[in-house]
Amino acid sequence: MADKIPPVQLSKSQFNLVGRSVVTLDDVSAPQISYLLRKARYISDHLPEVSQAAAGKILATLFYEPSTRTRLSFETAMLRLGGHVIGFAGAQNASVSKGESIADTLKTVANYADVVAIRHPKEGAALVASKSVDIPVINAGDGGHMHPTQTLADLATLQSRFSRITDLTIGLCGDLTFGRTVHSLIETLCRFGNVKFVLISPKELKMPQYVLDRIKASQSCTYEEVTDLTAVIGDLDALYMTRVQKERFFNEDDYLRLRDTYILDAAKLKLAKPTMAVLHPLPRVNEIATEVDSDPRAAYFEQVKNGMLMRMALMSSVLGVKLPGFAEDDTKEVRA
Amino acid sequence: MMEVTSISEGIIIDHVPAGTALKVLNYLHIDPTKATIALIMNTTSHRYGCKDIIKIQNSADVDLEVLGLVAPHATVDVVKDSRIVEKQKPRLPEHVTNVISCANPRCVTSSERDIDQLFHLSNPDTGEYRCDYCDEAAKL
Repeated sequence: MADKIPPVQLSKSQFNLVGRSVVTLDDVSAPQISYLLRKARYISDHLPEVSQAAAGKILATLFYEPSTRTRLSFETAMLRLGGHVIGFAGAQNASVSKGESIADTLKTVANYADVVAIRHPKEGAALVASKSVDIPVINAGDGGHMHPTQTLADLATLQSRFSRITDLTIGLCGDLTFGRTVHSLIETLCRFGNVKFVLISPKELKMPQYVLDRIKASQSCTYEEVTDLTAVIGDLDALYMTRVQKERFFNEDDYLRLRDTYILDAAKLKLAKPTMAVLHPLPRVNEIATEVDSDPRAAYFEQVKNGMLMRMALMSSVLGVKLPGFAEDDTKEVRA
Repeated sequence: MMEVTSISEGIIIDHVPAGTALKVLNYLHIDPTKATIALIMNTTSHRYGCKDIIKIQNSADVDLEVLGLVAPHATVDVVKDSRIVEKQKPRLPEHVTNVISCANPRCVTSSERDIDQLFHLSNPDTGEYRCDYCDEAAKL
């Protein structure tokens, strides 16, 4: 099937992300997202060619809370572009433990690095960081607020599985109240249109009204809310599973009760289309049985790789480094 | 009927939501210990049933954007020589800096020092404002 990435028809300045911070995906236009998807696909096919594209550039990963997966993804992305990495993981190791503000830490680090990836438990921390310095700051997760590169990974996975991110029926299952990844994914897909969302959750963890309003505001997207996964799984092109996150609950009993509501196993997967893709932002607890991992429909480890590729695409774009052989203009791509 | 003396020079803020006059004065940075002020609280309103009225003697102007944030349906009468010479309406500002604080304990503004409190108008129809940092709805 021919790839159906929405065409990029932009002047050079319009897809120019050089020097730009990405705090939310609102900072990136829909055509720029299409451009990043195309760039990530190019990188996937040309890893040796791009391996020195960012030589001499330095990424600072400022991780004020642990997130091994995201940090390693950013760091690997930079290393695979030929750049270097500095940073810290865990605020106890940083000058923040001495009371330094985010702004001061950033102003210091900006003297060392060319791009920053920041993760912080406080919502809005990445915006504070981006306002403090002139170098690009990429939000690697600010509390329960935004995690734009996760959404880019999700989009890249849909793109790689279906060769499109429109004209799909996508089920989102689990914690739809606190799950920032599903909110961000829906909002971004609504910018492209023609998606039917099937929202599968217990009534305690339903999708917030403002996200439903966003779908309603879209010309071509629709949604339905259901509580039974097995009743709808056969209709889905993609199923996005989420973890019920313990850290979002104040009450342990509520967490334990809701955690086991939906578990995707081989029996449920038998009801699904043979081409359905199962996505998950990871880490999982028990919401996807390990027996599903070997099913070709399991796309969640592929999603991890796509996350790295999209971070490579994004960082090379904000740094303004050229990828050998990659045509910024869609029509001029050189196949190696 | 309670009688309140008219002002000859100054400003009358009418149709203030009932019971909020002191809060509105606070947001407008009008010090009730220094300004000559008449407060009429919980009086009858044909339009809203109940309202507050604030009269400020010898005041030339009021921040209509801050008023738009805290009392969007209020009206402002400018009084000169004991006559109302101008009527003003509050404006809904697109952005508000350091007027209200974010109530979300998870917001970075709760911990970062020397940080501006920034809000934006998220819904002009309802007058809803949200924090620029965490997107939490403003609570006045």
